Amino acid sequence: MQLWLIPFFPLAGFLINGIFGRRFSKSLVNTVAVGSVLLSFLWVLKTISAMGDLNTPHVEHYFTWIQSGAINIGCDFLVDRLTIVMLLVVTGIGSLIHIYSIGYMSHEGGYYRFFAYLNLFMFFMLVLVLGASFLLLFVGWEGVGLCSYLLIGFYFDKKFATDAGNKAFIVNRIGDFGFSLAMFYIFKNFGSLDFDKVFQQAASAPEWVLTTIGLLLMVGACGKSAQIPLYVWLPDAMAGPTPVSALIHAATMVTAGVYMTARSWVIFTHAPGAMDVIAVVGIATAFLAATIGLAQNDIKKVFAYSTVSQLGYMFVGIGSGAFSAGVYHLVTHAFFKALLFLGAGSVIHALSGEQDMRNMGGLRKKIPITFWTMVCAWVAISGVPPFSGFFSKDAILLAAYGHSPAIYWIGVVTAGMTAFYVSRAMFMTFFGSYRGKAHPHESPAVMWVPLAVLAALSLVGGWLFPIPEFLKGIFPAFEEAENHMLMYISVFAGFAGIGLAYLMYVVKPGMADSLAQTFKAPYQLIYNKYFVDEIYDATVVRPVVGGSRIVLWKGVDAGLIDGIVNGVGARCRDVGSLLRLLQSGNIRGYATWVLFGSVALILAMGLYGGLPR
Amino acid sequence: MMNAVPISWFLTLSAILFALGVAGFLFRRNIITVFMSIELMLNAVNLSFVTFSYQHKEVSGHLFTFFVMVVAAAEAAVGLAIILTVFKGRSTLNIDDVNSMKN
Amino acid sequence: MDVILFLIFALIAVACAINVVVQTHPISSALSLVGVMGSLAVLYLLLGAEFIAAAQVIVYAGAIMVLFVFVIMLLNAGAETRKGRSYLIPGAPLLIVFLGLMAFVVQRIFPDSTMVRFGGFTGGGPKDVGTALFTTYLLPFEVTSILILVAIIGAIVLARKEIDQ
Repeated sequence: MQLWLIPFFPLAGFLINGIFGRRFSKSLVNTVAVGSVLLSFLWVLKTISAMGDLNTPHVEHYFTWIQSGAINIGCDFLVDRLTIVMLLVVTGIGSLIHIYSIGYMSHEGGYYRFFAYLNLFMFFMLVLVLGASFLLLFVGWEGVGLCSYLLIGFYFDKKFATDAGNKAFIVNRIGDFGFSLAMFYIFKNFGSLDFDKVFQQAASAPEWVLTTIGLLLMVGACGKSAQIPLYVWLPDAMAGPTPVSALIHAATMVTAGVYMTARSWVIFTHAPGAMDVIAVVGIATAFLAATIGLAQNDIKKVFAYSTVSQLGYMFVGIGSGAFSAGVYHLVTHAFFKALLFLGAGSVIHALSGEQDMRNMGGLRKKIPITFWTMVCAWVAISGVPPFSGFFSKDAILLAAYGHSPAIYWIGVVTAGMTAFYVSRAMFMTFFGSYRGKAHPHESPAVMWVPLAVLAALSLVGGWLFPIPEFLKGIFPAFEEAENHMLMYISVFAGFAGIGLAYLMYVVKPGMADSLAQTFKAPYQLIYNKYFVDEIYDATVVRPVVGGSRIVLWKGVDAGLIDGIVNGVGARCRDVGSLLRLLQSGNIRGYATWVLFGSVALILAMGLYGGLPR
Repeated sequence: MMNAVPISWFLTLSAILFALGVAGFLFRRNIITVFMSIELMLNAVNLSFVTFSYQHKEVSGHLFTFFVMVVAAAEAAVGLAIILTVFKGRSTLNIDDVNSMKN
Repeated sequence: MDVILFLIFALIAVACAINVVVQTHPISSALSLVGVMGSLAVLYLLLGAEFIAAAQVIVYAGAIMVLFVFVIMLLNAGAETRKGRSYLIPGAPLLIVFLGLMAFVVQRIFPDSTMVRFGGFTGGGPKDVGTALFTTYLLPFEVTSILILVAIIGAIVLARKEIDQ
């Protein structure tokens, strides 16, 4: 079925734009970049139509990649229903965001570079999704990390952007280290990295082995999907252009961890301990990130913490055993969070780069299309029925209740806070009176058409794509408790959040500030993101930097290595100044030494038996 | 018995000529004489090549000799041109005066 | 007969070579060197190297030495001055040791097993040399042609510089 064509198109786009893009006109760059992703999307659709019901995975073998002793790793692509879901999300939303980027990036420098990176990202993301072994998945995993780094630091002339890129890269290394260890351990125990072989044997493996593997995989997922304690890179990653935030840091790349854990469900279902850890980490992340989101003023920061929080939800779903619910939320979240980011991008674009919500307000009339599309995302993420977020969030919360009621209740509170902070962002941006200076203007059609498509998906995506139904054959059957009471509670929490935000930011605009004054300590705590960055700085970064400075730089490098190198140099100079006496500059002097040397050589040959007989 | 020459005689002659060439190189100061001493050394080596060729009944030694001659011709052309240039610049043929390689 | 021939021309060669070294005037040295080369050509003939003997006389004694003599004339080189340091003290003992060692090595490696007779080796005629030159040694031969070309260009460049000045 030529699956390789799916990632091939973006790769070709990357190569063409990356090599020749500098000389291309903008429209040609657009054609190549958007065209390649659209072709990829169309090929996915064609693949789906040709695949039939896909109850059994379809694997294509291309070539043997690594063959060494017992290791035999092929370049295999795999398609099953989970892959189909991911492929549609990645290529579909990817196409929309590529189109949007044409408008958003039109005034930016490095135009072709941006699209080349974006295409490269699509390539790696598709390899990640299609790979039929952990190693191939890891190739995509690292590749998207690289593209993420490149795109966060896209404005490389700004220090904070490059710092954010470095932070994302370094924090992800910790997660990738866990993932690598997991792969080593998998290979040690199962002798293979192919999904089918590993999962076949995993069911009968000892539980502690699976728990170890599961926890290590979870470390990897924590890095890529921004879970506690490795979530710190994601909010900073908003330094990149907004379409990047939407595509990579909301819709696709950060969900790779969710995809990976869902893919490895066999390992996790046999390792309940690891599942519990995932659920707890997930809910803790969801809750903490939501509280931080309450007090942020940068519109992209709000949505960044929202992303962290929603990813936490997905992990709650995975950890509760409801893998399909996790993937379901992944899909709906991709719709509405991409929409929120693109909408935020549209607002920022309209205000010529302003990101602080305190300088916005009253934009409802000025940029109506953006406003109405974002309203769709707003209701979706707040869990208002019957929009997409409601279905998936409800599925996760139900599963969580079956797992542990405590997680459910925290989840409900988090849902309320989610509704609150998104509403707050909406009210601060679009309601009230305009507080900024720039002259707002509506975005061009090339930007709002993708917004409109995503808005429609956010509204109806929930029941248009019944993901749990679709994935039923893949994941183990999950007993879903029919409990309407629980549903009402979570919906109520959402409405409560919206209502509270309406009260605080529209009815009585001064109330938020006075509350912040009253609860100064907690407000400062969440406003400063629990000082996590400062804590990491003090406990991890500074000791490492200090240790490197004192031990590695001053001690090893300056003392030992420089000492050796300089010592060798100094001794050579001493010897040289002695030998210099021989270099009289007189040819006959040299010839005398040559003669001396040949005499010595013949003597040595004679003495040591170099002569025959 | 005395109708044939031992091969070692030829080689010894070659060694003597070579040593004389070295002696000329070392003890003479005139740059042209020094150059001729080099030619003398090359000739000595040629003799040993041809002698070895005789010993092995093999034509390769002659070829080497031929190549040495070619190289010697090239060397003479370039070397004498250099001597001319040096003489033009320094007005001396004394090799000890030509020591700009020092330092 | 061969021995007498060898001894005569070996003695001439050595005598001329000594003369090359001891003569103070370069022109005397050059003429002595022609003598060395001529006698070497006879020895080559004795060794069966007809082509090399001819080339020795034509190329070496003819062309190269004429070039030397020509340069000596051109520069009007006189007897050398006794200026500068002598290398007699380190050089002479070293040379004697060197010569002794060489003689020793030659005697050691080549005890008189092979005797040279005139006509004992007939593979050194122009035909044989030419065959080897254009088959086995074709590449070195071509490389030498490039070398000579480079030498010609080098000589021209050096000479032109002189004219410019």
